[in-house]
Amino acid sequence: MSHDDAHRLHDVPASVSRRNFIKGVIAGGAGVSTAAYLFRSGTLVSGQARTGAVERLITLTVNGQTRRVDVAPQETLANTLRYKLGLTGTKLGCDRAECGACTVLVDDVPRYSCSVLTHSVRTKKVQTIEGLADPDGTLHPVQAGVVLEQGFQCAFCMSGFIMATVGYLKKHPSPTREELAHGVSGNLCRCQDYDKILTALHRGSELARGVTRG
Amino acid sequence: MKKLVGENYTTPDLLAKVTGKARYAEDFRADGMLFAKLLLSPLPHARIRSVDTSAAEAMPGVRAILRASELPAPADTVTDLGETIRANPMGERALTDEPVYAGEPVLAVAAVDEETAVAALEAIQVDWEPLPFVVDPLVSLRPDGPSPRAEGNTWGRAPVESGKPPGPLTVMPLKWKAEDFADYDQGKMPMGEPQIDWNYGDLEAGFKNAALVLDETFSMANNQHHVLEPRTALAYWRGDKLHVHTGTQSAVQTVASISRWMNIPLEKVVLITEYTGGGFGSRATGAVICMVPAILAKKANAPVMLRITREEEQYIGGIRPGMHGRVKAGFAKDGRLTALDLFLIGENSAYEAQGDANSGGRFISLLYQPPAMRSRSITVLTNTPPRRAQSQPGGLQAIMIVEPVIAKAARQLGIDQVEMRRLNAPEGKALWGPAGRDGKRGYITSAFLKEALDKGAELFDWKTRQARSGKRTGSTVRGSGVAVSSFVAGSTGFDGLFVIKPDGKMYVKSGVGNLGTESVFDVHRVAAEMMGLRWDQVEVAWGDTSHPLPWTCVSGGSQTTHAMTRAAHAAASDAIAKAQEIAAQTLGGSPASYRVADGRVSAGGRSMSLADVAKKAIELGGKYDGHTLPENINKVTTTAATALAGEGLMGVARDTYPRDGTTVSFVAGFAEVEVDVETGNYKVLDYTAVGDSGTIIHPRAYGAQVLGRSVLGMSHTLALKTVYDQHYGVALATRLHQSRPPTILDVPRNMKWDAVNLPDPETPVGARGIGEPPVAAGACAVMNAIAAALGDDVFKRAPVTLDSLLMALEHGRPMQEPLTAHI
Repeated sequence: MSHDDAHRLHDVPASVSRRNFIKGVIAGGAGVSTAAYLFRSGTLVSGQARTGAVERLITLTVNGQTRRVDVAPQETLANTLRYKLGLTGTKLGCDRAECGACTVLVDDVPRYSCSVLTHSVRTKKVQTIEGLADPDGTLHPVQAGVVLEQGFQCAFCMSGFIMATVGYLKKHPSPTREELAHGVSGNLCRCQDYDKILTALHRGSELARGVTRG
Repeated sequence: MKKLVGENYTTPDLLAKVTGKARYAEDFRADGMLFAKLLLSPLPHARIRSVDTSAAEAMPGVRAILRASELPAPADTVTDLGETIRANPMGERALTDEPVYAGEPVLAVAAVDEETAVAALEAIQVDWEPLPFVVDPLVSLRPDGPSPRAEGNTWGRAPVESGKPPGPLTVMPLKWKAEDFADYDQGKMPMGEPQIDWNYGDLEAGFKNAALVLDETFSMANNQHHVLEPRTALAYWRGDKLHVHTGTQSAVQTVASISRWMNIPLEKVVLITEYTGGGFGSRATGAVICMVPAILAKKANAPVMLRITREEEQYIGGIRPGMHGRVKAGFAKDGRLTALDLFLIGENSAYEAQGDANSGGRFISLLYQPPAMRSRSITVLTNTPPRRAQSQPGGLQAIMIVEPVIAKAARQLGIDQVEMRRLNAPEGKALWGPAGRDGKRGYITSAFLKEALDKGAELFDWKTRQARSGKRTGSTVRGSGVAVSSFVAGSTGFDGLFVIKPDGKMYVKSGVGNLGTESVFDVHRVAAEMMGLRWDQVEVAWGDTSHPLPWTCVSGGSQTTHAMTRAAHAAASDAIAKAQEIAAQTLGGSPASYRVADGRVSAGGRSMSLADVAKKAIELGGKYDGHTLPENINKVTTTAATALAGEGLMGVARDTYPRDGTTVSFVAGFAEVEVDVETGNYKVLDYTAVGDSGTIIHPRAYGAQVLGRSVLGMSHTLALKTVYDQHYGVALATRLHQSRPPTILDVPRNMKWDAVNLPDPETPVGARGIGEPPVAAGACAVMNAIAAALGDDVFKRAPVTLDSLLMALEHGRPMQEPLTAHI
C-alpha cells in the first residue's frame, strides 16, 4: 500500500455497495463463515436425500475395544470420538489441522482427527489419550514423564502432544531433544510452555526405554 | 516444619490432564442438549434494517432464535466498597443490531444439531444498511477522517460546570489538525491533541544537557490472544438457577460478571470451570458470549452448547491493542537518560477502551528512571474486534517502542548494552509515574533489576556472545540483544479460607481460575506449610461455584501469587491463633507458648494433634469452627464460610497486611539470533531470562511462566499480527496459520531461566507475580538482537517480517509504510 492509498481510505466507506463488498471479500479470499466445525447428531439426517449413500452403522476399533457407532458420511473422527463415543480427551482447537490438539493414533501413526473422516478408519486401530494407560491405571511412560516434570500449563494441547510423542517413539525410540522437537512440531502450545513440554516428553521417551536416573 | 514454599511438586489436576479426564467446557454433555450457531456481521459497520426469520423458525429441529433485542439490559456494578459503576450502554454485548466490526455476532439459533442451526441461519434474511467505517486509527484522526460510530472515535466525558460531578463516559469525536500530519510521509508519527498528558522534571533542560538526542517512531501490530480453547460455553437452567460451563481466569469473579450480563442475582449463577484452555487476559472474568447459550437455554427449555469456531474466536476472542509510538530521548555521554518524551497512539475497537496506551508510560518511567519525562497518549476507536488485556497490557507495547531506542543510543555512545540498562535501572523503592494529587510521585515496593541483569549476563555468557555479535559468516550474521521489562505484580485485600477437619486433613477452598499457571494450587502451599502439614494431607477444591469459595482475585495482571499468598498467610495465621487458644484451654499454659509444627500444636511436653484441635473446635463452636466470622471479610467469603461452619478448625481471614508502595516485578531477557542477509530469514538461537519477583513459590511453574511468557513476547516480534482489507474493512488473517504463533521449532531448544529470588519486603511471604514482565523481555531481546546483527533503522515495526528485512537490506533503509495498522 502506498501513502496515497492510505490517505484515500477515509472517503471509501460510504461508497461501498453490498455487491462490491461481497466481490471484494471473494477476491480477498476471506469471508465470515459459519459453515465449518459442524456437529450433526444424526437425528435429522434421514430426512434428507444424499447422493452416494454410505452405510451409517459402522464398527470402529478404538483403544482396543470394538464399538458400533452411527456415523454420517461427512463426520470427522474427532467428532465421532468426542460426541458419539464420549472420548473427550481429544480436543478441538482449530478443526482445520493447524494446531494438533486433536492428534490421535490411527494404526500407530499420529493423525489430526479433525481432518480424518471416520468412515476412512473403519478397518484401522484408533488410539486416543484415554487408551494410553493400562486398565489398572498404570500410566504410559510418556504420561508418566509429563507427571514427573509437571509438563504443560493449561494442557488443552496436552493430549495431542502426548499422542504425537507416542506415535513418534514407535519409529524413533531413542530421540535426542532436538529430534523429539521435530517429532512434535505439528502441535501448537499457546501457553508456549515448549521448554518444559520438551523436557517432560523427553523424560517420557527415557522412561519408555527403561532409562532411570540416579 | 515441612518446607513446601520453593519446592517442586505435582499439582492435583495433572493426573486428570494426562489421562484425558480433565473436562473443559466443550467436554460436558447434558441430556437433550441443543447446539447453537451464531450469525456474524459480514460488514465492518452496519445497521440491521429488518430480519426475516420465518423460514428458519419453520425448519424441523430449530428450537429457538435469539435477537439482540431480547438480551437483558446489563446491570450496574456495585463494587466491594459499595460504589456503583453504571453499566455502559455503548459497551460490548453478546449480540447487536448495529455491528461495529466484521465478524460481530448479531443473532443466534439453537437447534438439535449444528448443521440444522447453520441451515436455519442461511434461511434467515437480513437487510443490512452499510454504515461508514474505519480500520486505521491515524486515518480516523485526520481532520476529515471517518469515525467508527456515529458519535465519534474516542471515549471521553462531556465538559461539565465546575463543582458538578463528571458526566458518564461516552463516545465523542477527536480529530487532529492537518498540520499535525506534516511529517507523516517521512514516517514520523503525528502528535496532535492527546487524551492523557503527564510529566515530571525539567524536560527542556534534560534535552539541552544531553550529549545525544534521538527522535524515533515505531509501530507494533495488533495481535490476537489465540487461546487454544475457544470460548465455548454450555448453559442450562435448574429452576431459576443458571448453570454455565466455560473457561475463565477467575472462578469467583466470573459469577459476578455473568450475574451482571444476565441481570440476575449472584446466588442464581453456578459456574463450572475446573479447566481453562488459556486466557492470557482475554477471559479475565469470562466472556460475554456465554450469555447466548444461557438465554437460548431458557427460551428452548433445554441445555444449549455454543461451540466457538477458530474463526469466531479470532473475532470475539480478543486482540491486544496495536500501537504507534514516538520517543524523543536525551542521553548523557555516559549513557544516562537525561529526558524522555513519549507519545503513544493506541488502537481500540468501537467498544470499551483498554488502558494500554495510557498506562504504558509508567513502566518506561520505572525501567529507565529518566530524571525528566513526559507521557502523552490517545486511544482511538476503529471498526475492528474487541481489544482485551493481553499479558503485560500496555507495558509490552511501550517497552517494545522504547527498548530499540535505548539499544540504538548505547550503540551510538559506545556503551555495552547490559551496562546501559544497568546504569539506568531502578533500585529499591524506585519512583515511577507522574506525581499524585499530593504532588509526590509514587514508588514501588522493591526492585532488584540490576541483580537480574548481572545474573542473566553470566548465565547467558553475554561477554562471549557480545564479542561475536555483528560478525558475518557466509551469508549469515549473528546478533545478541538484551532487554529489561516490568509490570505490576500483585494486589491486596482478598480472603483465605480452609478447614482442618477431625481427620487431620486440611480442606482448602481455592477461588483462583485454573488456566495453567498452577497458582490455583501453589498459593495454598503457604498455608499448608504454616500449619506444618504434608502436601498429601491437603485437599484443594476449585472450579465449581456451587461449592463454597472465598473472595479471590482475578488471575490477570500477575496478581494471584502476591494477593493469594497473602490471603493464605492471613487464613493460616488465623487458624494458628485459634489452635493455640484451643491447646491452651485443653492442655493449660498460655496460647502464645504453643507452636504449630508437623501437624501438632505443642508447648514443652504438652501436645495435641491438629485432628484433635479440629474436634475441639467443633465442640467449642463460635469463631473456632466458623460459626462466628470476622466482620471484615467479603460477603462472598461469609457465604462460603457459613456453609462450612461446624466442620472443623476454620482458618478464615482477609489480607490486611500493610504494603508500602506498588508491587512490580522485573525480568531481564537475553537473546542471540542468526540472520541470513540474503533471504531476510532469521532464527532465535538462544534465550535466557532472569526474573526479579521476590520469593519463588513453585520453581517449575515459575520457569514455565518466565520462558512461556517470553515466547509469547517473541511471537510479537516473529509473526503475530492482524491483517485487514483496508478497502472493505474485513479481516484477512482469520486462522492460526495466517497469524502464526511460534511452534516448538521457532524457539531455541535449550532456553534457560533463573531468578534473583530475593523476598519482596512488603509482603509476608515475599512473593510477587511473574506472568507479565517476561513478555516484553522476550519480544525486545529478540528485536534488539536483530538490530545488533543488522544495524539500526533496518526495521521500524513489529513483527519484524522477513520481507521487510530483505527490502530494507536491499535498499539500505526501512521500506515498509510504518504507520498503517493491520497490514
